[in-house]
Amino acid sequence: MTDLPFTGENTEQERHVDLRTSYLGLRLKSPLVCSASPLMEDVDNIRRMEEAGASAVVLHSLFEEQLTLESFDLDHHLFAGTDSFAEATSYLPELSDLGLGPERYLEHVTAAKTAVEIPVIASLNCVSAGSWLEYATKLEQAGADALELNTYFLATDPDRTGSFIDAMYVDLISDIKARVKIPVAMKLSPFFSSIPHMASRLATAGADGLVLFNRFYQPDFDLDQLEVSPTLTLSTPAELLMRLHWIAILHGRVTTDLAVTGGVHSATDVLKSMMAGARVAMMTSALLKYGIEHLRSVERDLRTWMVEHEYESIEMMQGSMSHAAVAEPGAFERANYMKVLRAGALAFKNQAPPAG
Amino acid sequence: MAQRATIDGNEAAARVAYLASEVVAIYPITPASPMGEWADQWASECKANAWGTVPQVIEMQSEGGAAGAVHGALQAGSLATTFTASQGLLLMLPNMFKIAGELTPAVIHIAARSVATHALSIFCDHSDVMAARGTGFAMLFAGSVQEAHDMALIAHAATLKARVPFLHIFDGFRTSHEVATIDALDKDDVRALLDDEAIDAHRRRALSPDHPVVRGTAQNPDVFFQAREAINPRYDKAADIVQAAFDAFAARTGRRYDLYEYVGAPDAERVIVLMGSAAGAAREAVNRLVNAGKKVGLLNIRLYRPLHSARLLAALPPTVTRIAALDRTKEPGGPGEPLYLDLLAAVARAQADGSSPLTSMPNIVGGRYGLSSKEFTPAMVRSVLQGLATERPRHDFVIGIDDDVTGRGLGWDPAWSTESDDTLRAVFFGLGADGTVGANKNTIKIIGAETELHAQGYFVYDSKKSGSMTVSHLRFSPRPISATYLIDKASFVACHQFQFTERIDVLGRAMPGATFLLNSPHAPDDVWAALPKRMQRQLRELGITMYVIDAAKLAREVGMGRRINTIMQTCFFALSEVLPRADAIDAIRAATRKTYAKRGEAVVQKNLDAIDRTLDHLHKVTLPEPTTALSGFEIGARVAADAPGFVRDVTAMIMDANGDALPVSAMPDDGTFPVGTTRFEKRNVGDEIPVWDEDICVQCGKCVLVCPHATIRAKVFDTALCENAPVTFKTAKPRWKPFADMAYSLQVAPEDCTGCGLCVQVCPVKNKRQARLKAINMQPQAPLRDAERENWAFFDGLPDVDRGQLNLAKVKDNQLIQPLFEFSGACAGCGETPYLSLLSQLFGDRTVIANATGCSSIYGGNLPTTPWTTDRAGRGPAWSNSLFEDNAEFGLGMRVAIDKQQAYARELVSSLSAEIGYDLAAAILEGDQSTDAGVDTQRQRVVRLKERLSTLGGAEQPTAGEHAKRRYADLLAIADELVAKSVWIVGGDGWAYDIGFGGLDHVLASGLNVNILVLDTEVYSNTGGQMSKATPRAAVAKFAAGGKPTAKKDLGLMAAGYGNVYVARIAMGASDKQTIAAFREAESFPGTSLIIAYSHCIAHGYDMRHGMQQQDLAVKTGHWPLFRFDPRRAHQGKNPMQLDSRKPSLPLSRYVYNETRYTVLARARPKHAEALLAAAQTDVEERWQNHERLAAATNPKTDTGN
Repeated sequence: MTDLPFTGENTEQERHVDLRTSYLGLRLKSPLVCSASPLMEDVDNIRRMEEAGASAVVLHSLFEEQLTLESFDLDHHLFAGTDSFAEATSYLPELSDLGLGPERYLEHVTAAKTAVEIPVIASLNCVSAGSWLEYATKLEQAGADALELNTYFLATDPDRTGSFIDAMYVDLISDIKARVKIPVAMKLSPFFSSIPHMASRLATAGADGLVLFNRFYQPDFDLDQLEVSPTLTLSTPAELLMRLHWIAILHGRVTTDLAVTGGVHSATDVLKSMMAGARVAMMTSALLKYGIEHLRSVERDLRTWMVEHEYESIEMMQGSMSHAAVAEPGAFERANYMKVLRAGALAFKNQAPPAG
Repeated sequence: MAQRATIDGNEAAARVAYLASEVVAIYPITPASPMGEWADQWASECKANAWGTVPQVIEMQSEGGAAGAVHGALQAGSLATTFTASQGLLLMLPNMFKIAGELTPAVIHIAARSVATHALSIFCDHSDVMAARGTGFAMLFAGSVQEAHDMALIAHAATLKARVPFLHIFDGFRTSHEVATIDALDKDDVRALLDDEAIDAHRRRALSPDHPVVRGTAQNPDVFFQAREAINPRYDKAADIVQAAFDAFAARTGRRYDLYEYVGAPDAERVIVLMGSAAGAAREAVNRLVNAGKKVGLLNIRLYRPLHSARLLAALPPTVTRIAALDRTKEPGGPGEPLYLDLLAAVARAQADGSSPLTSMPNIVGGRYGLSSKEFTPAMVRSVLQGLATERPRHDFVIGIDDDVTGRGLGWDPAWSTESDDTLRAVFFGLGADGTVGANKNTIKIIGAETELHAQGYFVYDSKKSGSMTVSHLRFSPRPISATYLIDKASFVACHQFQFTERIDVLGRAMPGATFLLNSPHAPDDVWAALPKRMQRQLRELGITMYVIDAAKLAREVGMGRRINTIMQTCFFALSEVLPRADAIDAIRAATRKTYAKRGEAVVQKNLDAIDRTLDHLHKVTLPEPTTALSGFEIGARVAADAPGFVRDVTAMIMDANGDALPVSAMPDDGTFPVGTTRFEKRNVGDEIPVWDEDICVQCGKCVLVCPHATIRAKVFDTALCENAPVTFKTAKPRWKPFADMAYSLQVAPEDCTGCGLCVQVCPVKNKRQARLKAINMQPQAPLRDAERENWAFFDGLPDVDRGQLNLAKVKDNQLIQPLFEFSGACAGCGETPYLSLLSQLFGDRTVIANATGCSSIYGGNLPTTPWTTDRAGRGPAWSNSLFEDNAEFGLGMRVAIDKQQAYARELVSSLSAEIGYDLAAAILEGDQSTDAGVDTQRQRVVRLKERLSTLGGAEQPTAGEHAKRRYADLLAIADELVAKSVWIVGGDGWAYDIGFGGLDHVLASGLNVNILVLDTEVYSNTGGQMSKATPRAAVAKFAAGGKPTAKKDLGLMAAGYGNVYVARIAMGASDKQTIAAFREAESFPGTSLIIAYSHCIAHGYDMRHGMQQQDLAVKTGHWPLFRFDPRRAHQGKNPMQLDSRKPSLPLSRYVYNETRYTVLARARPKHAEALLAAAQTDVEERWQNHERLAAATNPKTDTGN
């Protein structure tokens, strides 16, 4: 396949290519969805995304943990030193609204809904069961068209079993589905013993979609300061491969909609995602890197490629290269792994200096 | 029906003042500051006044400024008010004469407070308002929170009609800070009482170019007098107008007041006359005595000025034969205090002209009570009334203290009480950091809201800013509470910190059969054995029921840290049964939700969790059988046996919260106290202390430098001295070449450390095996205490290093010098005190300090103990505080005096050189004192001079004449002035930027050799974080609840503009080297020097252990560019301006959003905060460009101090 992007305007024919897809029961004009990033904090950006061709947006996450930490932090500092000394029974003015609840986020959801026609998917990152339910309901009331649960539990306790943690995810989705009427997707990390089993359980529990995969801050070591510092880099297309791999495996095996996120930078990436079996391809890093207008060129390239390769619709290609659909399913499985390893070993051997 | 509110006196007065005003000028001063804070907060929330518009609230640079602004606003036709106390009122006096002289309706609300005399006091008496008697302001006194609310409105109503301005006075702390349930007035009440016609008339009198007049003329002997007398009709009518306002108020609210209120027997023979909150205690005593058949009474003066003698006399029972007038002020040297004299005059005048309604001329005596909030109880009232029954009642008496010097004291029986059985009285001992006071305020609100009970709370704090003890006194009664004194017989006592059981006589305030709740780390079965014998005895003798809870453990479990407030509050409700238990828990839950909702759901849940888990941890203690012997320990002496006598006899009593028991003779009569007494206090407030890892320490001295309490010290000493060291005493090989054969030690004073952790954060060394560890690390104090106490004592006894061998420009070296400022009561992690400690190390042995009122005067000079101390030679900083506003002038006066004495001494040395010896005289006159060594040499010369002088005129010169002898004596008296003296003028930004700026500017212009150190926390820290002109744009502060909209004043560049002033802007956390260079240059500069020191502060709202890192960020973001402006450089052809920090390398947000004072606004009003931050970022850039331009002006190459 040739490298994209192409240039120039779409032809009349290209403009009529059917990009429609559906995701979480939402009818979308294309598979180009913008996913959670700081860009989402500004409604103007969301409006621009719609104008540039986004078919839906996933808002930045409402982080329960962040709200909690901010609450604790502010409470701690507003309390420190108070009622200790006769002359200064407090040190900061008592403001009537500290803006610490989810209200700002909820207002943002409503504002985004008012600003654009495309579906607005709210994203929620919680750590406690009670809050998930409460916030999910509030997001629904605020007008979100769907909900994406941004889940990631970092297992550090050796006594916690994998099955215990798996069950947490399953309980979570079933609890939330029992509470809200809007569709719910779950954004997963790739760190499960069996992703297909997990996906299947989540689907059974009611998940309307699965988003593969989350990306995380990774700690780096500062050798001068002997300190650990968290880092987050923008995704690269190389990261797409793992996503394609699992989407392709899951397509047809689980009943939920699948979405790719992480590494989608170009029309090529979108096409691959679709062929692997995704309903939508979500973009963040590319927009941070190239700007929101990048969406236009992705869509343009998509249309050009589809006409050139005689695809009438996105729907036509969805899952066409999934595990179930390809000629050599082994390519997704262990044999492929062995082959790559062997090739790698060989390559290494060839590069090694002569003995002695 | 009136709305009930549970508020304090300040809020009670402020609510009315706000509703009744259009312009509010404010300035912080304890205890009146909260009134201004409320006004500012309500205005920032756009709350309307009684006419539906938001009053204009403006902070001024001083109380003088506030009075001026009020005066102007009044002249321009507005309804204007202000709030103040003490020195603040004194600063308003000139304007008050004007406002009254022009017959302008206005009200100033006063939380009455002592005027500083031999000492500052923030507490209550009437010396301030009595100093305002001559201004022509009416003076209306309130005696309770309800009255402060009501009288505020009466004052606003009466002033409009009377055209006499009013002081509305209530007692500082006792009323201003007492929390009570009251019936609240609303907008309609205010509108109903304020006369529209009178308001219109006031507006018509406004200065206006549409109907111009001239007001404020200068008058000559021909007419001034007559014009002054022209006001009389207004004053003649004022009392009647107030009475009419009282009547109208009663008609509307049902609450009746009178100008002069009599309580007691209608046929009383003995009457006590007083005003203010004391009337509460007096009323209780009189009622009790009258019920017992005594013919006694109380006359409560509400309207003190203008005094309506006829109404006053009419209020007294005609049968009265003996009157005691009690004044809450002292006017030394007079025949009596003001109220006494007024009463005497009124009665005598009426007797003389035959108008007196009294049957006979009573014997009237005067006495003093309650100065600086000294307790005034019903028992004392009884004593005064008993004194009146004696054959010759004592005049000029004092009550409430033991005057063993002039015998003026009346004794009293402390056991006599008027407390009623149906009042629940509870006393709580807590720490500032544990939330006890906040919880109790909450409890009062709950009971005020959920029950019909009347509630009262009064809170007593100690004098320290860190680790301070709080005592809460709560009363709940089915009837209105008039007790205006502390609880002495509590039915419920709670001790929220176990260590208090030893430090304080917790059960001293318990009544028989009381309930005692103790937060204890010991289980119910083990706690008895851990108590001191004193407490065991009290528990047994008083038949106390005791409960324990390990609240600290539970608080940790639920993530509350040291805050045990919610837990202990739940226990109180469960045990006191002031509400049915289930209802009480529901009420606490609801109140918790309400209190913390704003702070986020997680905080609410944490507190609810604490409530839900509390009762499972609360246990009743089964006390041992009364027949068993007491097993507790005896409480040891408060201070070590080798402490000086004054410390043992006096200071220790104050430390033990027992200062009330000290007699007059124990006190110095002129306010002079010994230095160096904090070292005897041993407060043990740090949960953790730093522990030295001698193996990896690089001996840089940074931890010593930044320690706010001078509790980490370093020394090098002879290794031989280690032979007697305690076993755990640590040493290392010194990393100095000249000291290579000696020993180095870094030692912590374990019982003085506050555990702030600043030292650990600045330690540059990391342990290579465990990166979280440094060369000092925090560890729990308790297990280390005994061993480290011994180590500290040993270390303290080691000799100090010879300064002559040190390079004082280096931190490493100068931190081997003994600090002469130690163990202050400043906040843990204070950003100011490290600069003072450094100052004391560098120049302490020759320094005189003038200290502006503020944090530094409080931690520097608040009894019981003083941190300024001496070196082994007995030398150290001599320190004094004059006022807030005059500190620059105060220090300048010291300089002038020292210079004059030095000049005179030099003249004497010169003229007496033959007798002294030419060589010695010449050496003294010519000796170079620019270095430490030079100063030392001069000191030795002066010693020789004094020896010589003491022999002159004696046996050696039997023929010396009287004139010569006088000259020898003069020189002997001032010879020490021949040694160089360093004068330091120290204060905060409130002083330097605002109230003291005029004086500061004058001193800057004087060119005299003083060193000014501004400890810039960017707010009025001591009074609770109000905005000053040093507050940066975008920061929230009190009086700037919406974020300060204007940029920080650039005091440094303003001073540099003089050209001949040394100026440095420093931040120890960004460059300690530049800090030290600035101090040394400033001190050596032979003219005026100004150092502006970035001082992180608890009011900034972040964990102060990161204070030095924040300082660094302040510099790196350009908020605080470092520079030194040294006029001496100009003489060398260089640019005097040196920039010591680099171009801002980080956005301002990296610095500001670590601090709550900024983040709180970003959360509450994100868009507004964003705009302010953008403007602040522009400030930074422009300021940098400005600095850079100045530094580059004539010398492009700048010498960085880094």
